[in-house]
Amino acid sequence: MTHTINVTVNGTAYQRTVEARLLLSDFLRHDLGLTGTHVGCEQGSCGACTILLDGEAVRSCLLFAVQVDGHELTTVEGLTPDWDMASTHEDLHPIQIAFREKHGLQCGFCTPGFLMTLVPFLAENPDPTEHEIRQAISGNLCRCTGYVGIVEAVKLAAELLREDDKVTG
Amino acid sequence: MKPAPFQYHAPHSLADALSLLAEHGYDAKPLAGGQSLVPTMNFRLAQPGILVDLNHIPGLAYIRLGSDGDLHIGAMTRHSTVEQDLLVAQHAPLLHETMPHIAHRQIRNRGTIGGSLAHADPSAELPSVAVALHARFRLQSQTGERWVAAADFYQGLFTTDLTPEELLVEIVIPPLPARSGYAFDEVARRPGDYAMVGVAAIVILDAAGRCEEARLVYLSVGEGPVSATQAAAALKGRQPSPDLLAQVAEIAATDDIDPVADIHASAAYRRQLARVLAQRTLARAFERAAGQ
Ligand SMILES: Cc1cc2nc3c(=O)[nH]c(=O)nc-3n(C[C@H](O)[C@H](O)[C@H](O)COP(=O)(O)OP(=O)(O)OC[C@H]3O[C@@H](n4cnc5c(N)ncnc54)[C@H](O)[C@@H]3O)c2cc1C
Ligand code: FES
Ligand code: FES
Repeated sequence: MTHTINVTVNGTAYQRTVEARLLLSDFLRHDLGLTGTHVGCEQGSCGACTILLDGEAVRSCLLFAVQVDGHELTTVEGLTPDWDMASTHEDLHPIQIAFREKHGLQCGFCTPGFLMTLVPFLAENPDPTEHEIRQAISGNLCRCTGYVGIVEAVKLAAELLREDDKVTG
Repeated sequence: MKPAPFQYHAPHSLADALSLLAEHGYDAKPLAGGQSLVPTMNFRLAQPGILVDLNHIPGLAYIRLGSDGDLHIGAMTRHSTVEQDLLVAQHAPLLHETMPHIAHRQIRNRGTIGGSLAHADPSAELPSVAVALHARFRLQSQTGERWVAAADFYQGLFTTDLTPEELLVEIVIPPLPARSGYAFDEVARRPGDYAMVGVAAIVILDAAGRCEEARLVYLSVGEGPVSATQAAAALKGRQPSPDLLAQVAEIAATDDIDPVADIHASAAYRRQLARVLAQRTLARAFERAAGQ
């Protein structure tokens, strides 16, 4: 049994026909070619597949594509919509710049999930404590970094975003 | 792995959802937040032929205060909403204190109070908290509705009083009386992980400051919520003191529960956690009751 869905991903509207059992994570990767969303466990544990559904961080491996009909999604690709070959690292999203500066990643497998978890977290908590940061990333696993670099990156990201806020008012 | 094929229905009314469940019986499963159901489908531990998505039914997500002081929560209310709701903080502070312990934010953004209560995971926080709060559940089927007390709802491992034709539609939490205190605590390896042991405590004092009633309900030590009834009986009529709490915690950990070992913790360690958590939560509950 298939279903036709309309969904907006990173500002672009898509219409696709999907099988009911197609996971949203697979829809993004295979049907839309947005391979920035990673899949680690398909049981909700690792957080690599985290995306924004109507602005809220959710696990894309625990939703069926058919469920997001009519909704708006943001994936990691949506953090740098104008990115192309000529872009430099200054064109990255402030959270990405902070991860780069503070060694918040090594292999990078977990990174999209961390970034998408942090976008709404830092919007709600512009000046988080270390404890709040560690709570916020508790649903994302990283097998490489030991988290210290990630926590430092979140602190820097919060700073950069606060400065951005001041500039743009 | 990927889920086995199924038929997907997204009814726009409760009546349509109930008629689908009545028609398909055991072959159909309601889909709420999907935060427990979808992982089991991904692993093909569950292979329902038909999914009835509850997310498009209006009027199942709300939190409101009844004129009698009861708090009414619609089954499809998300964990995050319950966590941040001011009525819950004010009128069901035990529930408010519990919410951040349930999974991670990304999962709380989707998971629902009704889904968690209906799923009846023995390690879930909400069933034990609902039992401690003397919550009542409204169950609805095509043929009518009925009310079940939380304590009667849980019948064993992942087993409840719900029939395949029924939906849990509303949770009602009565207010605690005057001179009462509460506390929730658990020990988990990481914030958001299922707890190795957790416990909800409620105490009610009489006018002289003695314990009139105590409720201590554990999670992760049995097949569902486990009430430490002998410990509660030992508190009745007594003036709370650190010595008494130590004795009572011992009764709870040795006589009231019979935990099993698994990869997360040995049975002996679970008893130790049960002892420590009973002391901690009861002390906090008595403090809050006295401060009222
Ligand atoms: C990584 C991870 C960690 C987690 N950690 C915790 C934790 O620490 N503590 C905890 O309590 N939970 C935890 N959960 C589970 C989470 O709380 C779920 O939200 C909850 O168990 C189920 O709610 P749901 O709305 O997602 O239900 P679903 O997954 O949609 O449904 C669960 C079951 O209940 C049935 N059902 C759902 N709603 C109804 C209804 N209204 N009437 C009748 N039947 C219904 C479904 O058919 C299904 O059988 C975790 C989940 C994940 C993935
Ligand atoms: S792939 Fe979704 S949480 Fe691991
Ligand atoms: S950077 Fe490799 S898993 Fe996190």
